[in-house]
Formats: sequence, structure tokens, C-alpha cells
Amino acid sequence: MELFVFVCASIMILVGAIGVVVRKHPVHAALSLVLTLFGIAVLFVAQEAEFLAAVQVIVYAGAIVVLFLFVIMLLGVDRVEELRTEPIAGQRWIAAFVGVAMLGLLVAAIVTGAEAVIGRGDGIASNIAGDNSDANVAQLANSVFSDYVLAFELTSILLVIAVVGTVLLARKRKGQRVVAP
Amino acid sequence: MINIFAIDPLLVGDLLWTPLIIVLLKVLAVFVTGLVATMLMVWFERKVVAGMGNRIGPNKAGPFGLLQTLADGTKLFFKEDLIPERADRFVFKLAPFLSFVPAFLSFSIIPLGGDYRNGNGGMVTWFGEQTRVQLADPPVGVLFALAISAIAVYGIMLAGWSSGSKYPLLGSVRASAQMVSYEASLGMSLATVFLVTGTLSTSGIVNAQGTLGTWNVVATGLVPFVIFFISATAELNRPPFDLVEAEQELVGGFNTEYSSIRFALFFLAEFMNTITMSALMVTLFFGGPQPIAFRGVVLDIPLIPNGLEGTVWLFLKVLVFLYVYVWLRATLPRFRYDQLMNLGWKVLIPASLGWFMLLAAQRLGRDQGWNTIAVTVVSVVVLGICYVLLQLAFSVSAKQREAEGSMF
Repeated sequence: MELFVFVCASIMILVGAIGVVVRKHPVHAALSLVLTLFGIAVLFVAQEAEFLAAVQVIVYAGAIVVLFLFVIMLLGVDRVEELRTEPIAGQRWIAAFVGVAMLGLLVAAIVTGAEAVIGRGDGIASNIAGDNSDANVAQLANSVFSDYVLAFELTSILLVIAVVGTVLLARKRKGQRVVAP
Repeated sequence: MINIFAIDPLLVGDLLWTPLIIVLLKVLAVFVTGLVATMLMVWFERKVVAGMGNRIGPNKAGPFGLLQTLADGTKLFFKEDLIPERADRFVFKLAPFLSFVPAFLSFSIIPLGGDYRNGNGGMVTWFGEQTRVQLADPPVGVLFALAISAIAVYGIMLAGWSSGSKYPLLGSVRASAQMVSYEASLGMSLATVFLVTGTLSTSGIVNAQGTLGTWNVVATGLVPFVIFFISATAELNRPPFDLVEAEQELVGGFNTEYSSIRFALFFLAEFMNTITMSALMVTLFFGGPQPIAFRGVVLDIPLIPNGLEGTVWLFLKVLVFLYVYVWLRATLPRFRYDQLMNLGWKVLIPASLGWFMLLAAQRLGRDQGWNTIAVTVVSVVVLGICYVLLQLAFSVSAKQREAEGSMF
């Protein structure tokens, strides 16, 4: 059963991920991204991390990709892009190199950490005994608001800085004409 | 691995035939209930709006015009299905399903009945199996509904975009901006319910609301309910927030180019969502299938077993909300778009956040054994300072806008 769920979700994720890269139309690429995010949410559920799955759908699929689509629709970039010219010289080679390096890193991490993950075999929920349905949320809250509270607060400051920066960038300065996009 | 089926005692252990059949029956029942309820809701709305406008309303098809929706639906099925030439064909066909399927999915987590009295926790016994009268009771409960409503945005957004035409696009951009903005205050007011009941699952939330005093509408202090109600109305694109289909400005809104069955699916989803949201509100704030009880006196409906009585109570409570929605449609004029955004971002989101902090402080004070009055005074003062700062920020930005001209 678990294998079946894993295979289905993986197919969803892979098809979506390939679609993001291959699809020429930006809107179709964004929709493929939604498929990928959904597949990841399914995997989270299979790992008994229901809260993460819900948040994955609410935040990523529900808010972030909607914003992507907004930008695509409002700025009128929803037509097929010219892909033959490179905006930055040598961009493709660098991208390929970084991609391969990333893959190497991931494989290395999996190989070195294999025993730690497979050997222990305890999901997020199973740490708390019994069938407490809110174990997920309670544990996440405990670690976020006690052990990792500094990192949590720093992340929120980062978000605030991003918002302030966006407002500053988008503001019209005095006497400056707004150029229609 | 058991949790993947949501925690229903029916599905713990080996899978046998009886539980499987019960689950299939539940799926069928929820689906059929949804469809029939939608049909009756359309009739109810037309009849009540007609009554408020001193008209008769549908009265030809069936008794009291009850079958009018069926007739309209059949007509829509047999109409020609058009796809505009400039449409994105795949997305155009996909969009109605993206708004229809979520409407039904979120209905599956609502407790539709069951015996919540005497510590039964909503359990009923069917064919010798213990189960709940709800299709699924996932551990994340209400967050599932929130996630589903986040997905429903796609249906409307893509429908407008894929039509390849101007007014649908405008309508869908309006709609999705509105839905995304109001989702924030919807979530914040939900969080107060979680804070008070201490659980996310819908059956747990219903179980915690035994008497009138513990109904969440009282326990959370009314404000979250009001915010939730307004946000839900905006999320549903119902009047007075139906800018999505402002006929005077946008022809017909995001579904202008749709016809035949695809249009019927959008229509169905809209009414289905209204019913689901009403049921969700009853579940969260008004005790769901729990009977009205006060200080040990239970308002019991005689002759009906407790398990079935829950369904009756839920139906009555939901009916009140549906009537209120129809009432709003018949009486309130539509908001302007800037008013809508002001209400969402400048009033509802700060208010829900402030109320959440207030309740959290109360909870912390009780856990730590602090003086309740002192905690209340301090938190009210802090919230007052926040309010003044917020108003100051608004007035400064308004002044700057006047001096510099608007941004766009």
C-alpha cells in the first residue's frame, strides 16, 4: 500500500517537474508546478505528516503559485517565450553545472544519511505515544517556538524586510513618470 | 500507515467487507446529498428572493416549483457546448472541474449527524461497526477545508484566463485577488477556534461544544464568528461581495464564455460552496449536530433516536445560515472594489489578529495562574496601542498619497 502511494505520488511529482521545464507556455508551466506540489503533499500524508501536507497545499499551491499566475496574467507575459537567445552569456552552462552539483550533493546526503533515516524508522507522529491526532501540530509548535525560536523570528524578520523592500521598489518617486509596461 | 485513511475507528485494523461497503455508501450519500441540497438551495434562493421582492418566483415545474432547477439543469445539459476560438482548450476544459471537485471535497469532512451526547463522541453503530456520520475525519480537519478552498481559486482564475477574452479575465483577476485576501482573515478566525477547543479535527471541535455556553460563538467571544462570516461571504463571492460577476461592468464575469454543462458545473459549485460554508460555520461555531442544551437542560426532539437527531439539528442550523445568505442577496447593494479591499486588509485581518492575540494571552494567563483581570487590562492596552499605530500609519499613507498622487 505504501509503495503504491509512493509510486503514484512520485509519478505526479516527476510529470509535474518535467512539465515545468518543458512546457513552453508560462501558465502551463505554473500548473505543472501545482501538480508537483500536490504530489509532495501526498507524500507528506503518507509519512503521517498531515499538518505539513495541509500547509504545503495552503501556502504553496494556494498562495504562491496563485501569485505566479497573477504576475503572468497581469504583466501579459502569457505568450510563448523566445528561448533561443541567452540573456546572460554562458547562462546555460552555469545552470547545468549547478544542477549537476546539486544532484551530487543530494545523492551524497542520501548515501551518507541512509542508515540514520531507514534504521530509526520513526515518523513525526509516532514520537508521541497513542493515537493523539494533534501530535503533529503539538510537536511542530513545540520545536518551532522553543528550540528554534531564534531561527523562526529571524525568518519572520526576513519576510518583513522583503515586504518593505518590495514597497520601496514599487513606489513612484517624486516627478518620475510611470512607464506603462 | 493507518492514518492515511484518517482516524475513523472503522478503518483501524484489517480491511473487511462491511467497513468497505459502509464507506462506499457514505461516499454515495455525501455526493447525492450534495447534489440534491444544491438543487433545493437554488429553488429556495429564488423563492425567498422572489418573496422579498413581492414576486411569486418559480411555480410551474413540480409542486411549488420545486423541480425548476432540474428543468434548468436538463436544459443546460442539452445546449450546445461552445469553446471560443482564442481559448486555451485544455485549461478551458479543466477549469470547471477545478471548481466543482473542491466544492464536494470540503463537504466530506463535515459531521453530518451522530450522537455527541453522554460522551459518545459522535459514534454511531451501523451493521455492528462503530463509525462517525461523516465521510472523513482527517487529523488536520478544518485545515483540509482551508486547503480545498485555496484550490478552488484555480477554477475561477483559470476559467477567466483561458477564455481568451477581456471581461472574463478582469472578472477572474478580481475574484482571485478577493479570495486570496479574505483567506487570510478566514484562517486567523479559524485559529481562535483551534485555540479554544485545542484540536483541529471537526468531530473533536463539535464534541467540545456540548452546551450553549461552550459553543464556540460564545467561547471565542463572537468577534471571530463575525469575521469568519464576512470572510466566508467574500470567499464564496456571494452578495454583497459578488464583484466577480458584476453584470453591469463585466458582462457576466469569469464564466462569460462558458455555456452548457461547463457553465452548469460552475453554477453547481457556487451553490454547493454556499451550503458547505454554512455547514462549516455551524460545525465550528454553533455545535454542529449537537442539540441546544443549557445548564443540563437538553432540548430533545422526542421519538427520534439521538444518532439521527444530530442530522436534524444540523439541517435546522444550516437552514438558518442559508436563509441569511439569501437575505443578504436580496437586501444589500454590492461593494465597490476599493471598499472590499479596505475592509479585508485594513479591518478584518488586523481585527482577527488582535482578537487571536487577546485569546492567546487569556489562555496563557490561565495556564500560568496569572491574575485574569491584569492579563485582560494589559492585553487591551497593548492592542489599543497597536490600533493607534495602525491608524497613524493609514493617515500618513493617505497624506502621502494626496501629496504624490496615486501610485499607478
